[in-house]
Amino acid sequence: MHELSIALSIVEGASEEASRHNGHRVEAVYLKLGQLSGVVKEALLFSYGLAAEGTRLEGSRLEIEDIPATVFCTRCDAERTLASIQQFCCPVCGIATPEVTRGRELLITGLELSE
Amino acid sequence: MTTETRLVEVRRNVLKQNDILARDLRRRFEETGIFVASLVSSPGTGKTEFLEKTLSGLRRDYRVAALVGDLATANDAERLKRSGAPVRQITTGTICHLEAQMVENALEGWDLNDLDCLFIENVGNLVCPSSYDLGERLRVVLMSVTEGEDKPLKYPTIFNTADVAVITKMDLAEAVEFDLEKARASIQAVRPGMRVIEVSAKTGAGMDDWMEYLEPRIDLGFGIADFGLEEKRRTTPSAEAAATPPFPRRGA
Repeated sequence: MHELSIALSIVEGASEEASRHNGHRVEAVYLKLGQLSGVVKEALLFSYGLAAEGTRLEGSRLEIEDIPATVFCTRCDAERTLASIQQFCCPVCGIATPEVTRGRELLITGLELSE
Repeated sequence: MTTETRLVEVRRNVLKQNDILARDLRRRFEETGIFVASLVSSPGTGKTEFLEKTLSGLRRDYRVAALVGDLATANDAERLKRSGAPVRQITTGTICHLEAQMVENALEGWDLNDLDCLFIENVGNLVCPSSYDLGERLRVVLMSVTEGEDKPLKYPTIFNTADVAVITKMDLAEAVEFDLEKARASIQAVRPGMRVIEVSAKTGAGMDDWMEYLEPRIDLGFGIADFGLEEKRRTTPSAEAAATPPFPRRGA
């Protein structure tokens, strides 16, 4: 369970970005969370409230967008979304697809700020 | 009273600090020509025994050292010191994984020029270490025959970020009716093309295969052609998510 340390990093990062944009309070943090990031969404949401306590993010929302794992299929010459992360193969043609193109994201992409 | 709010677009990797440190470490390792491998597994897979035998085997021809992560004790480091190699313990306290900063701190005072090869044994955990790049060149994931053939399917993320898989305790395979082909298939399902090596650190069986895999990599160090893929696999991306808009549609 490392979601609390991830949540603390989100709060720290968002706080720095808010200062850069002259935001006094943060109302919401937008996060892209990849299916292969190794982070459990529910645990992260739970930890976030704790991590934000006593900071300018206290009471803010963590808006998580799930990013599915996608791979590059060399036979189809196309990016494909994995049907399951327990099977790294092309959902269309079935060949093994070791090259991951998306799904490792753990990115803050936006902030909702108030004065 | 309504509060005026505004949206700003940012692009910030949550693990930025760790990734920057890991990149610096990797550069340092590259400059000093030291080959660095990390070991990840569940608790009880036999990482320490495996590493002890690996260090003993390599010490004939290479200058090797190890860092060992553990929640509370220094037992693993004491065991590893029996190999004669320099070993340092990283006690993480309540933290269930190693981070690049801990590696950097643990290296203080060691002249990397005096080493050919460094092993970093992570805390026994198949979940959390997958998110943290340690600057290593090779990530080794271990599973033992007593853990079940479907372990990789239960922890696909960590297996997918690894470069080589080692199946340990092969001396017990028969007793626990371990199905090697099934285990190999599970590994290939979550990380197609990954090399799998079966060993028994206790009897020494398979350790030659492991050494044959390892030694050319130590010799070549960072000259090996596929370098760069590892870093890409482990650090969180900063640009690739740019294709999609930063905010979900409002009012959705």
